[in-house]
Amino acid sequence: MSDDESTEDQAGDQAEGQESEAPTLGPGPLEILATLEAELGEGVVEHANAFGNLVVRVRPDAWRRSAEVARDLASCDYLSFVSGIDWQPAARHGGDDDGGGDTSAPVQPTEMTFGAAGSAGRFQVFAHVQSTTRHHGVTLKTDVDEAAPSAQSWVSVYPGADWHERECWEMFGFDFVGHPSLRHLVLPGDFEGHPLRKDFALLAREVKPWPGLVGVEAMPEPESEPDDEGTGG
Amino acid sequence: MSTTDPPIPEIELEPGALRHLAQARVNVELDTGDMILNLGPQHPATHGTLRLVVRLDGERVISADPVIGYMHRGYEKLTEYRTYPQITTLINRIDWLSSFANEVPFIDAAEQLMEVEAPPRAMYIRTILTELSRIATFYLFLGEMALQVGALTPAFYGFRDREYVLNLIESATGGRFHPNFNRIGGLKDDLPWGWISETRSAMTKMLDGCDMFEDLVLGNEIFQARTRSVGIIPGELGTAYGISGANLRASGVDWDLRRDGRPYLVYPDLDFKVWTHPDGDSYARYWVRLQETRESARMVLQLLDGLPGGPVMTKVPLIIKVPEGEIWVETENPLGQMGYYVFSKGATGPFRVKIRSASFSNVSILGWLLRGVYVPDVIAILASLYFILGDIDR
Repeated sequence: MSDDESTEDQAGDQAEGQESEAPTLGPGPLEILATLEAELGEGVVEHANAFGNLVVRVRPDAWRRSAEVARDLASCDYLSFVSGIDWQPAARHGGDDDGGGDTSAPVQPTEMTFGAAGSAGRFQVFAHVQSTTRHHGVTLKTDVDEAAPSAQSWVSVYPGADWHERECWEMFGFDFVGHPSLRHLVLPGDFEGHPLRKDFALLAREVKPWPGLVGVEAMPEPESEPDDEGTGG
Repeated sequence: MSTTDPPIPEIELEPGALRHLAQARVNVELDTGDMILNLGPQHPATHGTLRLVVRLDGERVISADPVIGYMHRGYEKLTEYRTYPQITTLINRIDWLSSFANEVPFIDAAEQLMEVEAPPRAMYIRTILTELSRIATFYLFLGEMALQVGALTPAFYGFRDREYVLNLIESATGGRFHPNFNRIGGLKDDLPWGWISETRSAMTKMLDGCDMFEDLVLGNEIFQARTRSVGIIPGELGTAYGISGANLRASGVDWDLRRDGRPYLVYPDLDFKVWTHPDGDSYARYWVRLQETRESARMVLQLLDGLPGGPVMTKVPLIIKVPEGEIWVETENPLGQMGYYVFSKGATGPFRVKIRSASFSNVSILGWLLRGVYVPDVIAILASLYFILGDIDR
C-alpha cells in the first residue's frame, strides 16, 4: 500500500531468509512495479522479491485490471499460468504417536504462515505473466475470501486463462467471476470436493501407512549371518 | 437363416420408377444436421487419451472441445506428501519422452532455495542430457508427424534413430525413459567410459538424419499440401494462450528461455541459434523442430568439447530440508515452457508445487484452432502441435 510498508517488508525478508548475495530485481521487474503502482494506486497492496522474481499482491477488486495493465502497459503478452494456494496447514489425522493415519508426509509447520508479499487469509490466487519481447515477468497474487471464495476472471484479458481457471475452480473451489463456462477440466464431472485444498485428505495415505516409510515395519536383523545355503534372494 | 421368415413381398414398379426415385434423392437439398464425432480417448491419432468432441457439418469442424483428464494423476497433490528427492521420481512421468528435462527445473528450484550449487561438470552433463532428450523427443516427432499425414517410412526412421539417443541416455543414467538422475547438488553418477566418443558419433548420425528428414518429408509435395496453411496460429494469440516452445517460434515469436530467460545450466556459455518461422502453420512447426534438432546435436558436440573435469556432486546434508521461501523456475523443455512454482516452509518436502507444463497450454488453443478446418486437417494439426498426454494432465 504505502511505500514505507513494502520496503520494510522487503528488508525484513532479506534479513531473515537470504544472504547478501540474493538476486536483486532487474530493471524490467522494477519498471513493471512502477507501472502497476502508477496505474492501480491503492490497488497494489504489497510487493516482494522472491529470488529475483517480482511478486506483487493486488487487491481483489484490482485483479483483472492488474492483468490489463501488465499486458497493455508493461508488454507482458505471455500468460504462464493461473493457479491457487491454500495456506492453511494440512490436517494430520491419527497423529504421530498412535501409528495410524498418515505419518509419512513431510512435517510442515502447524501455524499458518504466508509466502512472499503476504496474504490476508487462507486462500490466494496467483498467476505469472511475462514478456516475450522484453524478457521480464511478474507474479501477481490476490487474496480470496474464505467464506465466499471468488476472484475476477482473466479470460477477457488472456484467453489462455480459460483452462487454468477451470482447473483452479475444481481444485480449490474458487469462483471466477466473468468466466464463460466453469466446468470440470481434469476431474470427472460428478467429482465432489476440492482436491488441492489442504483439508482434502489424500485417501491412499489415510487408510494405509506409506510402504516406503522407515520405522513402520520391523527392519531385518542388522547383524544376521550371511545365508550359507544360498536359499535367500 | 431360419425357415420361418415371412416371404419378402414383391412390389411391382412401373418401368422407370426407380430412376425417378434416384433422381429425386439427388435433387432434393439434403438437410444435413450437425454431427458430433468423438475423436478419442482411444483414437490412434490422438497420441494417448486426449478426447476431442468435434461438431461437424459435413467434413467441416464447427466447434471442437478438447476433453482432458483421462490421465490425471494428481501430481500437485502428491508432491505435498513427498520429500524433495522423492519428487523427481514423480515428475519424470509428466512428459515421459523427455523426462530428464522435467527434473532440471525442479532440482534447480530446490538448489536455489537451499543455496546449493552443482559443480560445473554436473551442470555440463545436465545440459548434455537435456539436449539429448530434446533430440529423442523431436526425432519421434519428425517421424510421427509424417506418419499422421500418410507417410509410413519416416516413422520407422524416426523410431530407429531415436534409439541411438535413448541408448546413450540409458548407458549414462540407467533408464531409457525415466532417468531419475538429478540430485539436489549434482548428479547420481559420472558418465561411463567411452560415452563421450559414442555420443560424438551418434550426433553425426543425428545430423545426417536431419538432412534425410529434410529431403524425405519437408521436400515432399504431398506433405507440403497437407500441412501448408493448415492450422495457422497468429503469434500474438499464441502468447495470450500461453503456447510455448517450437509451436510459438513457428509463429514468428523469437523467444527461447535458453537464451532469453533467467540464465540456467550452461546455456549462457553456448553458441546457438534460435530458429523461428513466420508462417505459423503445421509445416512451420515441423520445420522449426527439424532445425532445433539439428541445433541441439550441434550443442551437444559443443558441450562435449568444453566438458570440464571434477566432481559431479557437491556436499549436501543427508536429510534435505529446504529453507522457507518461494521460487518460480522455468526452463525451455522440448515441448515448451516448463515451470515449477515451489512454496517451501522449511520442511523436508514442499508446501505446495504448481506445475506449469507446456502441453496443457499448447492444447488449450485447440478449441479456437480447429474451428472451420476439415477433418483430415484435424489430424495434421494435432500431430504438429506435438503434445504428451502426461504433460497435459499431470
